[in-house]
Amino acid sequence: MRVQNNETMRVQSSKSRIEKHHIEDLVGRSYMSFCVLLLIVSIVSMVYFVTSRGISTFAIDKVSISDFFFGTTWSPEGDHPSFGALPFIAGSFITTLLAALIASPLSICAALFMTEIVPGWGKKLLQPVIELLSGIPSVVYGFVGLSVIVPFLRNVFPGQGIGVAAGALVLSVMILPTITSVAVDALSTLPRNLKESSFALGATRWQTIARVIIPTTLPAIMTGVVLGMARAFGEALAVQMVIGNAPFIPTSLFESASTLTSVITLGMGNTTMGSPHNNALWSMALVLMLMTFLFVFVVRMLEKRRSI
Amino acid sequence: MEATLTAPHILQPAKTERDFRTENLSIYYGTYEAVKGISLPFPEKSVTALIGPSGCGKSTFLRSLNRMNDEISGSTSKGSIWIDGVDINASGTDVIKLRQKIGMVWQKPNPFYKSIYENIAFGPKYHGVKGKKALDEIVESSLRRAALWDEVKDRLKESALALSGGQQQRLCIARALSVNPQILLLDEPASALDPVSTGKVEELIKELKEQLRIVIVTHNMQQAARISDFTAYFYLGQLIEYGMTEKVFTNPENTMTQEYIMGRFG
Amino acid sequence: MKAKTADKIATFVIVTLALLIVAVLAGLLGYILFRGVSHISWDFLTSAPRKIRAGGGIGPQLFNSLFLLVLTLLITVPLGIGAGIYMAEYARPGRITGFIRLIVEVLSSFPSIVVGLFGLLLIVNIFGLGFSLVSGALALTVFNLPLMVRITEQAFRSVPSQQKEAGFALGLSKWKIVTTVLFPVALPAIITGTILSAGRVFGEAAALMFTAGMSSPRLDFGNWNPLSPSSPLNPFRPAETLAVHIWKINSEGLAPDAAEIAAGASAVLVITVLIFNLVARYFGRLIYRKLTASRRMN
Repeated sequence: MRVQNNETMRVQSSKSRIEKHHIEDLVGRSYMSFCVLLLIVSIVSMVYFVTSRGISTFAIDKVSISDFFFGTTWSPEGDHPSFGALPFIAGSFITTLLAALIASPLSICAALFMTEIVPGWGKKLLQPVIELLSGIPSVVYGFVGLSVIVPFLRNVFPGQGIGVAAGALVLSVMILPTITSVAVDALSTLPRNLKESSFALGATRWQTIARVIIPTTLPAIMTGVVLGMARAFGEALAVQMVIGNAPFIPTSLFESASTLTSVITLGMGNTTMGSPHNNALWSMALVLMLMTFLFVFVVRMLEKRRSI
Repeated sequence: MEATLTAPHILQPAKTERDFRTENLSIYYGTYEAVKGISLPFPEKSVTALIGPSGCGKSTFLRSLNRMNDEISGSTSKGSIWIDGVDINASGTDVIKLRQKIGMVWQKPNPFYKSIYENIAFGPKYHGVKGKKALDEIVESSLRRAALWDEVKDRLKESALALSGGQQQRLCIARALSVNPQILLLDEPASALDPVSTGKVEELIKELKEQLRIVIVTHNMQQAARISDFTAYFYLGQLIEYGMTEKVFTNPENTMTQEYIMGRFG
Repeated sequence: MKAKTADKIATFVIVTLALLIVAVLAGLLGYILFRGVSHISWDFLTSAPRKIRAGGGIGPQLFNSLFLLVLTLLITVPLGIGAGIYMAEYARPGRITGFIRLIVEVLSSFPSIVVGLFGLLLIVNIFGLGFSLVSGALALTVFNLPLMVRITEQAFRSVPSQQKEAGFALGLSKWKIVTTVLFPVALPAIITGTILSAGRVFGEAAALMFTAGMSSPRLDFGNWNPLSPSSPLNPFRPAETLAVHIWKINSEGLAPDAAEIAAGASAVLVITVLIFNLVARYFGRLIYRKLTASRRMN
């Protein structure tokens, strides 16, 4: 019944012998290294390919950087092509900022509702709502935007309905869950005594929220807003379906416009790889990628401030 | 601060085949020296209690005896741990094989999220025991040695998490015994248990010391006095006093030991 | 008195806006289901789409979406679990770990259209896999991998560390502890997270337009030879998914009932995602109960 040799401890003999556990750990480590390596390779190659294709507009097609970033005329085909991408860059920024402006107050209210006003059933009601909103695919948002929001805007406001306002509205619903869930996390980790001491001083709930809760959690809420903006900036199909896709800088909310993602979506399938038009689309992808880096960087900065 | 040794002769290296002791063992977390050059023997068929106030290094010392501190990043050690004439603190040691020989039980019961049977059979299976009959035997004998067999023999397939806290702790002792260790390290094994369960665990420790060496860390002075043969008092990473339990508790040489035992501080 | 009034107004505004969000979701789901469900029939779910005539279905698209999901999970789950285990159990704090963490963060916030472009360039063109299910699955892997890594890492981190210690003290190798002690405890959280991520993959379109393609060959559902070009199982054929199909009919649909098809397909998509959500929720709760209800500590 005694299976192990109980006489001596042969713990040092393993130097020369390969034990079962050595093999197991080797297998495990190789498997994990492979997975991690693949992760690193995928991002490195993505950055490399997008960058190398993206700079060819400037390196090969000799489009000047200022013409690309500040030029307002986009006519990529023909004898005298012009690659001014400012309308799209402006479109992306305008829709993203508008979406954040609409979604942030709504999200903060939702988070306050779930954590401060009615923490019990408020959370039970809104948590699944938020999860479902984040689960709905972007093409469905685009479809509903096209068949509900666009006709509505067309009836109420001047213009065709499609345009910046429709894009921003669709995006704002899409980024609501992102901002809300980050804000809820921040609010629920708030120390209880912070609120209680404010109440003890005779402050009303709103005074406590406005003077104590929001200022303390602001960096965290901002993190959520930036994450939401990152999502809005990179969203392609839902915006493309409702924004109208005109290559001009919009002068009104109800005017048709384009974003970086919508131009790429529409153009990539109709251009040949290596053509100046195609290269210009890659340059826009490069802009999207750099903006992603920027968003991640800002989020990290905000998180650093939070931990202090 | 010089250690007062109530029984200095025991510290002399007795290089027999069945020797287990530390020699000048220091443990560092980064640059912080948590345990400072401790030499301590663990005689056969005996229970050695490590006592001292929180943060005195007794648990760190205990964890170093089966090289569990290796798993904490930034932890290093100096000195030797002799087992049967081999220094297991040396770099070439096969830690995995070593731990099989030194069982360990913690303050909080930590059964695997598996059935009672699987909790016990898991270790032996890994170490090469084959066949249902052999495993059944090990499960039964381990549970019997941990005085748990009669309570669980009819529900071996049930989840170990369904047991009470005291039963879980005895299951953990049975699990440690299943791979037939020569030494059992107990880190405050009864501090999370109710008085009845504590009594059972203490009874068990007294029985088990006939079969293997036991080193126990405890905060409970009465418990140390009840179950141990030797007692070592730690303070700020140093060994202040070591000797026969009776002597340490009735007539300590060091006033600090006396004050701690009398409950003046810690 | 003034502060009290402000408090009342603020509370009213907060509650109103919070309920507005609930109304938005209710309206959204109500609209999609109300408009779409009436169009859903067995015929709609199984028949092929028609270009210019009414009465087309979404059969091949639905099949493509499900098949692509399976392919993607087959690739992503093992890779994500491997990297996640590394992050949770092996990575020591330091520069390299920080770098990998940054990679996961950046990768998870990459716009999916950029992932699609990358797939078009590297997988479709350079690897020569063409517009195919495999290309789509690989692009979705890039898209889904960071999420799987996070899910796995969190699941493993939530396992009590005493479990690991117990394994070490028994003389088990670390890998053995990870696979046989920690993994079963982490599994429910991994499964719940995977199901939720499956919903995301199922609805993704931007990363697929230029990788899995925007067309589907005539499929012969009687031909199950994976190497035949008309076989639904052939992983090297182009495959328009349901989400891509919705986008396509909305932007260039020619059939007279395009709007109804889009509504029906959207409803199918949303119902599927809803099912994924409910299953994940139910499953998570079930496992949670199983793990905690049996625990009696005294």
